[in-house]
Amino acid sequence: MKFANFISGPLAVRPAGAHHDIVISSRVRLARNVKGRPFPGWAKKADRLAVLEVIKPPVDALPEMDDAFSEYLQDLSATEKQILVERHLISREHAAKSTGSAVVMNREQTVSIMVNEEDHLRMQSIRPGFQLKAVHRAIDEIDTRLEDTLDYAFSPKLGFLTACLTNVGTGMRASAMLHLPALVLDEKVNQVIQAVNKIGLAVRGLYGEGSEAMGNLFQISNQTTLGEREEDILGRLNKVIEQIIEHEQNARATLLQKKSTTLLDQIGRAFGILMHAHSMTSKEALNLLSFLRLGTDLGFFPADRRQPLDELFTETQPAHLQRGSTQKLGAEERDALRADIIRVKLKELPGPDSSRLAAAG
Amino acid sequence: MRCDACQNNEATVFLTQIVEGKMQKVNLCPDCSKEKGVTDPTGFALADLLLGLGTNTELEKPAVAASTAVSPDAPALKCPTCGFTQADFKKTQRMGCSECYVTFAESVVTPLRSNHKGSQHVGKVPARQFARAELDNRMQTLSDDLVKAVKEEDYEGAAQLRDAIRKLEGQLKTAV
Repeated sequence: MKFANFISGPLAVRPAGAHHDIVISSRVRLARNVKGRPFPGWAKKADRLAVLEVIKPPVDALPEMDDAFSEYLQDLSATEKQILVERHLISREHAAKSTGSAVVMNREQTVSIMVNEEDHLRMQSIRPGFQLKAVHRAIDEIDTRLEDTLDYAFSPKLGFLTACLTNVGTGMRASAMLHLPALVLDEKVNQVIQAVNKIGLAVRGLYGEGSEAMGNLFQISNQTTLGEREEDILGRLNKVIEQIIEHEQNARATLLQKKSTTLLDQIGRAFGILMHAHSMTSKEALNLLSFLRLGTDLGFFPADRRQPLDELFTETQPAHLQRGSTQKLGAEERDALRADIIRVKLKELPGPDSSRLAAAG
Repeated sequence: MRCDACQNNEATVFLTQIVEGKMQKVNLCPDCSKEKGVTDPTGFALADLLLGLGTNTELEKPAVAASTAVSPDAPALKCPTCGFTQADFKKTQRMGCSECYVTFAESVVTPLRSNHKGSQHVGKVPARQFARAELDNRMQTLSDDLVKAVKEEDYEGAAQLRDAIRKLEGQLKTAV
């Protein structure tokens, strides 16, 4: 499949999980390596190419990859790779790779397999909403099927062996992307992050490790992979996420009742700036769009506006803006284009309906 | 800047120490600095912080620390499969290949295991892979026996072996 066809394919067909107002997406990735071959970071180019030819055919042959986008990384442009990063289909590390690495993903963009990232195989399943167990099941099936052809590096004591010791054991990292604007507004999010860290889970920004939290988006994931069964790790994560969802819901209720002016002010300002700005950085856009999303969740905007709004979160990212242009856009041009796209897409959006506040109070 | 110890949190504690005339710098997050006892800067060596790699002396001469009788100037540990050394690990924080887990079991793997919930894997086992390996093994044995039987002109035995191989081939096909 061509990149343009793949990337413009419909995303709406992806089955949404529960709590999709707060849980943007659920994701599980597995790290696997082929026995007796050096890990990609240490392997010579010839080794990487050789292992790629061992791995890619069975991956391409998976029934999930029937109508797949499958490409060697040297055949993708920097912008194309960055678009995949912005869609959370490949990691930032993988986008930096070229010859000797590949990516294979299904048409629905729910399964993505990176070959020769930090490990020989990094496979992930990602879906909207809160559905970690279903997402795990999907990627686990693929993993089991690949065992028919591939000999994984596995030790009975340490489990699946990975390049980094932090992944050894299950090789599994499960995460959920949460939208927590009320906890941020209520200044409670730091408490939540600290509590989550204390029980051995990680909180990260929009693009994972080392990235900044923007747009009130937080990624919660397991830190440890050894000494615990997959189901137990997922169970622990699920429980914590359920609690965070509850905290966010409570914070939203509190804001509606006790700080309705602050709330309406934030949403109204976000609306005003998004509707009238002519230059906007991606960080500002994400932060403002976050408040419109919250406004939609609270009923200040018509529910049918949710999808175009959600699309803007991705479409205003730098590489997505770049894709329509033949020449490289500078930061200023991108900021102007971003503001234009937002204004056009939100043109029909009516102002926040504050009568909802009275109803809630 | 990220913490050198956990590679995770933002570093807020920045330390510089001079050990044997060499300057060393370490950046830590509040949690790790507390855990490593950095509150008393005289009481610890920076090298100890380098993720369980032991002190500087041990790093250069890992054989000394081991109880086995290796001469003090034995070369640093090196993975026989991929040529990866402990110094490479220190630099990359990644292993070279799956065999490195055997080579560096003591020096690298054991200390870092403490970052996990336990030290024994209890999760998924590649059962299909193991079953497939066992069938492959049996197939190899049968084929070897068949060659031997033909060589020794034991045609009855060879016929039995041939049937057994056909049956196993059927199993292999359904397994995949």
